[in-house]
Amino acid sequence: MLDLLEKKPVILLLLSALVIMIGTAVTMIAPFTWINDPSLKIAGVKPYTPLQLEGRDIYVREGCNNCHTQTVRPLVADVARYAPGSTDGYSKVGEFVYDQPHLWGSRRTGPDLARIGGKYPDAWHYKHMADPQSMVPKSNMPGYAFMRQPLDSSLTERKMKALGFPYTPAELEAVKGKTEMDALVAYLQKLGNDIPWRKAAAAAPLVGELKNPYTDNASALNEGKLLVSQNCAQCHGEELKGGIGPALTSLARPEGEIFSTIFKGRGGMPAFGDTLGREKVWKIVTYLGSRTGKK
Amino acid sequence: MSVKASYSDDATKGFLTWSIIWGLVAVLVGVLISFQLVFPQLNIPPYLSYGRLRPIHTNAAIFGWGIGSFMAMFYYITQRLTKCPIWSPGLARFQLWLFNLVIILAAVSLAMGYTQSKEYAELEWPIDILVVILWVIFALNIFMTIMKRKEEQMYVSLWYIIATLVGVAVLYLVNSAAIPVSLFKSYSAYAGANDANVQWWYGHNAVAMVLTTPPLAIFYYLLPKITGVPIYSHRMGIIAFWSLIFMYLWTGAHHLLWTPVPDWVQTLAMGFSILLIAPSWASVFNGYFSMNGQWHQMRDNYLVKFLVFGITFYGLQTLQGPSQAIRTFSAFIHYTDWVPGHVHMGALGWVSLVLFAGVYYLIPRIYETELYSVKLANAHFWLAVSGQLIYSISMWIAGIQQATMLNATNADGSLHYTFMESLAEMYPYWHMRAGGGVIYLVSLLIFIYNILKTVNSGSSGSQTVRATGAV
Ligand code: HEC
Ligand code: HEC
Ligand code: HEM
Ligand code: HEM
Ligand SMILES: [Fe+2]
Repeated sequence: MLDLLEKKPVILLLLSALVIMIGTAVTMIAPFTWINDPSLKIAGVKPYTPLQLEGRDIYVREGCNNCHTQTVRPLVADVARYAPGSTDGYSKVGEFVYDQPHLWGSRRTGPDLARIGGKYPDAWHYKHMADPQSMVPKSNMPGYAFMRQPLDSSLTERKMKALGFPYTPAELEAVKGKTEMDALVAYLQKLGNDIPWRKAAAAAPLVGELKNPYTDNASALNEGKLLVSQNCAQCHGEELKGGIGPALTSLARPEGEIFSTIFKGRGGMPAFGDTLGREKVWKIVTYLGSRTGKK
Repeated sequence: MSVKASYSDDATKGFLTWSIIWGLVAVLVGVLISFQLVFPQLNIPPYLSYGRLRPIHTNAAIFGWGIGSFMAMFYYITQRLTKCPIWSPGLARFQLWLFNLVIILAAVSLAMGYTQSKEYAELEWPIDILVVILWVIFALNIFMTIMKRKEEQMYVSLWYIIATLVGVAVLYLVNSAAIPVSLFKSYSAYAGANDANVQWWYGHNAVAMVLTTPPLAIFYYLLPKITGVPIYSHRMGIIAFWSLIFMYLWTGAHHLLWTPVPDWVQTLAMGFSILLIAPSWASVFNGYFSMNGQWHQMRDNYLVKFLVFGITFYGLQTLQGPSQAIRTFSAFIHYTDWVPGHVHMGALGWVSLVLFAGVYYLIPRIYETELYSVKLANAHFWLAVSGQLIYSISMWIAGIQQATMLNATNADGSLHYTFMESLAEMYPYWHMRAGGGVIYLVSLLIFIYNILKTVNSGSSGSQTVRATGAV
């Protein structure tokens, strides 16, 4: 039978097209039905505003997805790193319904960004985007200082219409006069912020005893100092005299509270519990204590 | 003799020249982005920063070098296997012109930041339309030549060629569907998890229909020509063919393991990926068994070396690939440097080695001369293989180390290393990879020098058929 085909190019062509279509039908066409299941919708997820959409287009233009993914996998390390404080903060179908195209990416040269919204204050992003190495010295992310140029808003309305996203004239007006950086930061701050994972994480109480195991332990100071310069100096300043975050040289609160702020984060202060762990956070608290009052 | 003289190899010459030029561009950009990952100050924003250059690298490599040389070799092979001159030489010349236009537009538009952002399908919609026209012209010309053939039986290479023509067309059309906003901007027609699933149905089968079936077609043609012995089993080739093109299409979601794409799609992808070992290795065995009693040619004939190493890397690639498709292993190495290690063993070890063999084989024949220097070809071979192995091996080690660090946890369940701590450990490997890339670049320059010298010593082709050149 197969040998017969060796003499019939047209049949061979049609048959190979058919053979290709079988797997295609099952694994490419059929899944639309599963993915579009209305029960997978997430109520809080809203379409992009004009400014956020322009920011997303800049993300696409610059190919940020060549280094950054936007999917947190249901794996212990992924959730701890990219949805800290939660247990089920991994990505769900419903989060992505307005993403045309998807930006999941295939390579994590840099960290996942699916939950970057709200992790840092805007000011951090502006500084980091313009000059990543000034914030994270060993980073290999390119600088994007040129994005301080004005945003081209001539297509904004057509873009919103093409995607069928709702918008108000005020929102369109608000895009005018913005820079590309403004738009990009607006987009980044939206990512992962319209799903309930962060609120759930913040509401979860800290379990276990809040007692510093390193009190009066001088050996913890050196490590604490190193950890602070690696993780905190970018916002609180090399001398902890303040910057994007407040000065940390006169903390008058109980150690347990300071521990909790660092562990769970607060406002523009990212949570470090899952990425550093209790021991390291306590070492940092010990070091901060030793600095209190010093100029 | 009369048939031979009527073959038209002008298009083949043109495509070979240009595919080599685009291959050089791809490797130059590859080396540049390797260095950018180590020295971020090498980014020249906005046009030459990593995020824009990486797609230029992959497009120049896959479409410029890969597809360009496939077009050259498909025209050559199809004429010989059908014993029939090309259906329309004029159309083929136009196709060369259009091909170069597309590649130039691709490079310029990607540098400008015009992109649909889907991997290996970045080009904006107006260029997509040109690509479709290009492909239709190509497919028509090849297929009509096959229809007019003087040799009734179609050799297995022609099967793979036909599957490539159909497969690429279907994949490209569906995945690139977009809603245009302006000449330079469009949005994907699919959203979110649907878009991702369509994308990797495409992306994975681009590996099938661009980086697997065309080099196989060329491999099956070249091996008997070069060794002088027939392929071990035509039948095995045919069974492998049908199972390969059947199974590949089920496996796209192995690029999406642990993502929100439905679990059953991932499980199917995992299962079929493992099944794929069978048809892949059928071709590897077909190659090896054909070499029975001929292994001495590995020493005597430089072209055999390219082909046997090529099919061996294909064999390794098709064992490593299925292992990456297993959920537990994917959880570990997905998103790390392990994957570029996999990619470049296939791209440099399999695809490029077979293409080099093809160029070395074709050039002396279409220019009716002898290769300028077999010594240089051997130097090219060893440098290319060393550069590639340095690249892949350093990336596998890097990937394992990064995966280990990113997954390490403390007793209290918190993470042991921050992301930056893992990144800092990558630099030595990235230096090594850049070094491997430079070695590879040197090998490529030797190759180009050798080919140039050969072409200059040859006749321009169409006039006389010299006895030495006729095969
Ligand atoms: C060459 C790869 C590369 C490219 C391209 C790149 N980044 Fe990064 N990015 C990194 C690395 C590495 C880090 C981690 C170090 C740091 O914070 O700089 C990072 C960090 C970040 C962070 C902070 C993440 C966190 O959780 O701390 C954000 C936000 C970010 N990048 C956004 C972007 C955007 C937006 C673009 C495109 C305009 C982009 N990146 C392009 C590599 C890259
Ligand atoms: C992205 C910037 C950023 C980083 C990085 C950062 N912080 Fe903060 N931090 C802030 C901001 C902003 C606040 C103020 C939060 C608020 O007002 O609720 C803050 C508040 C604090 C406070 C509470 C101060 C007070 O007066 O109550 C402490 C303690 C603190 N940070 C410690 C740290 C430590 C320790 C690290 C490193 C492990 C760190 N921060 C890293 C931005 C940052
Ligand atoms: C030796 C020269 C080359 C060098 C130095 C090089 C370098 C690189 C680098 C640095 C990346 C980005 C990896 C990352 O994301 O971390 C990359 C990606 C890629 N390259 Fe190359 N490359 C070379 C040759 C080639 C060739 C000849 C091909 C194809 C025929 C190719 C195909 C690809 C593909 C498909 C990717 C994307 C991989 C992925 O998404 O995981 N490369 N290359
Ligand atoms: C049986 C055959 C194969 C299987 C099952 C397979 C499987 C895989 C898997 C699972 C991945 C995803 C890795 C990850 O991101 O975690 C991958 C990536 C890749 N493979 Fe293979 N592979 C096979 C053969 C090949 C061949 C022959 C090539 C030719 C060069 C190739 C090129 C690629 C490329 C370019 C990627 C990167 C895609 C991206 O992320 O951008 N593969 N492969
Ligand atoms: Fe694949």
